[in-house]
Amino acid sequence: MTRFVSLKKEKKITSKEVMGEYKYGFKEIENNVYKSKKGLDVEVVKVISDIKKEPLWMREKRLLALEIFYKKRMPTWGGDLSHINFEDIYYYIKPTINVEKKWEDLPKEIKNTYDRLGLPEAEKEYLGGIKAQYESEVVYGSLQKNLSDKGVIFCSMDEAVQNYPDMVREYFGKLVPAGDNKFAALNSAVWSGGSFLYIPKGVKVDLPLQAYFRINSANSGQFERTMIIVDEGAYVHYVEGCTAPIYSSDSLHAAVVEIFVKKNARCRYTTIQNWSINVYNLVTKRTWVEENGIMEWVDGNFGSRLTMKYPSVILAEEGARGEILSIAIAGKGQHQDAGGKCVHLAPNTSSRIISKSISFKGGRASYRGLVSINKGAVNSRSKVVCDALIMDKDSRSDTYPTNKISEPQSIIEHEATVSKIGEEQLFYLMSRGFEEHEAEAMIVNGFIEPIAKELPMEYSVELNRLINMQMEGSVG
Amino acid sequence: MLIIKNLYVSTQEKEILSGVNLEVKSGEIHAVMGPNGSGKSTLAFSLSGHPKYQITKGEINLDENNICEETPDERARKGLFLANQYPVAIPGLTVQSFLWQVYKKRNPPKAAHLGGQVKNDSIMSLIEFRKWIEAQAKALSLKPELLKRGLNDGFSGGEKKKIEILQMLVFNPKYIILDEIDSGLDIDAIKKIAQTIAKVAKDRNIGVIIITHYSRILKFLKPDKVHIMSTGKIIKSGGWEMVEKVESQGYSFEN
Repeated sequence: MTRFVSLKKEKKITSKEVMGEYKYGFKEIENNVYKSKKGLDVEVVKVISDIKKEPLWMREKRLLALEIFYKKRMPTWGGDLSHINFEDIYYYIKPTINVEKKWEDLPKEIKNTYDRLGLPEAEKEYLGGIKAQYESEVVYGSLQKNLSDKGVIFCSMDEAVQNYPDMVREYFGKLVPAGDNKFAALNSAVWSGGSFLYIPKGVKVDLPLQAYFRINSANSGQFERTMIIVDEGAYVHYVEGCTAPIYSSDSLHAAVVEIFVKKNARCRYTTIQNWSINVYNLVTKRTWVEENGIMEWVDGNFGSRLTMKYPSVILAEEGARGEILSIAIAGKGQHQDAGGKCVHLAPNTSSRIISKSISFKGGRASYRGLVSINKGAVNSRSKVVCDALIMDKDSRSDTYPTNKISEPQSIIEHEATVSKIGEEQLFYLMSRGFEEHEAEAMIVNGFIEPIAKELPMEYSVELNRLINMQMEGSVG
Repeated sequence: MLIIKNLYVSTQEKEILSGVNLEVKSGEIHAVMGPNGSGKSTLAFSLSGHPKYQITKGEINLDENNICEETPDERARKGLFLANQYPVAIPGLTVQSFLWQVYKKRNPPKAAHLGGQVKNDSIMSLIEFRKWIEAQAKALSLKPELLKRGLNDGFSGGEKKKIEILQMLVFNPKYIILDEIDSGLDIDAIKKIAQTIAKVAKDRNIGVIIITHYSRILKFLKPDKVHIMSTGKIIKSGGWEMVEKVESQGYSFEN
């Protein structure tokens, strides 16, 4: 989307074919755009708010959040965050920074991955940060047309602040307040981009809202803020991210997602993210589920240096249901600290967490989860299944489950398995003519199949391909 | 021809095979019989290149290549197929998708002279393959639902053995090693499997080594040669009369 459109002029050099070789075009943007300095202070936050021409209430929320950010301590219970240098980060990234990049300058493994995933040229350039902006307006416009007839609102958060201020003001930070954690505070202070989605009462959106966000995802940058409100009896499946590594020269991604599922409504939110290996991916995702509502998180984490992400459901009213399917793949130099949280506040609520992790080449995958059944949540049940697959002796997997039951008439089940990739399995497949890495990929793909089958078709195909490539060692 | 020459094999620093000699021509069926612990399964695994077994001496020549140094997949690509005594499960990898991958691996599209790929008419499409595999499964009395489940995941002993045979059909090997394919099977299943193996071996001129304790399967397979193995060596070789000897006297006759 076009949050910079009023601020910049674009001159496009079109792509052309020369001697049978495709030459990459790129966009030039003139230098009349504000460029944030490194580091964070009140001025930076004010300028972000100014550029976005935000109403005063949002500006105040940002400034308050900044104060909270300063006061909050770094969380020490999870992955190693000690290398994050908040002073060495641009908090408001300009396309102009990216424009100086050329295709040739991208890391080799990123280019290879794009090629082998068979992404369209334009999308490759876009994801690689070469193109500042993808031709998304057209797609987006037709979407608007189709869904707006039903009263669906789907736009960037920036636009929502301008066009639907009452709704944004009512729900922003209601579920993930700035005080929730240091990175939620940071996001609340400097957020930019992300989506706003409202599905009116009784409206069922049949197709996953995916292609659109796929285009948007990289554009929404490091501190996106997403808000979804699924009104009574409505349904939506929202898909975010893509399996191609999102190349970012900036090392911190701190997003916040807030979802409200009203009575009898249902929401599924699918994320497949593959950040480049330098990124700290620290995301707070939470859903509030009302009477007989259903929330399903499908969360796939590849890439990044450290991911800390625990999609949460708060089952606030009777009969609410939550499901979290999470998959994490940790390779060399990576720590995936992922899982889920289910908080049962009302009777007859149910939840399920299925977490699968794979660690290889010295990677570390941790499951971290919370199930809390509070007083009064009678006849509630929760089931947690964690399966870890460790590919070699250098790799590591750990499990940190927390169960709190304050209501004796409720049940929590917990199953955990850790398997090392078996010599016997490898031998079996290799004796059928498959090379070792192919055999490994077959075992791994089989292992994640219960989650892969929940993904939209093209994502699950890409996921398989990506795993094959990682097993081959051709991806960073 | 598959020639095993003076083969010595150890596992965990313990010598299991101590000079095995065996020659299997294409189209021949060789039975290897012997008591528990005589080294029969070790022979099967060493031929396929299982990493737990180290060849310390001797040669395995597959069509005049010594394959002792090769990995299991390299040996397989030369046409060697092992039907396992205890096939392992690969959860989530469906039988039909696995078989299709095996098929594609064994039947790569022919490369055209300009480096492109042309369609080879003898290669089945996915749809043709599915139909063919369903027919093969039916002929082995395998439930078609099984093809949609994870490979060997929760399968009965008999189902696993039949899946090995199904893989063999897709794989289309030059040499087959069957390690106690008959164990845990009822007589109908044994008959069905044996007939399938015999037919394939004859039609496709495949060399077969069948390892077994019992004569039951051999009655349907009619081996050309029967070898008796004991303490890591083949101590006697002969024809059908060897099977009868084992039937009447057990393995004690070896002494």
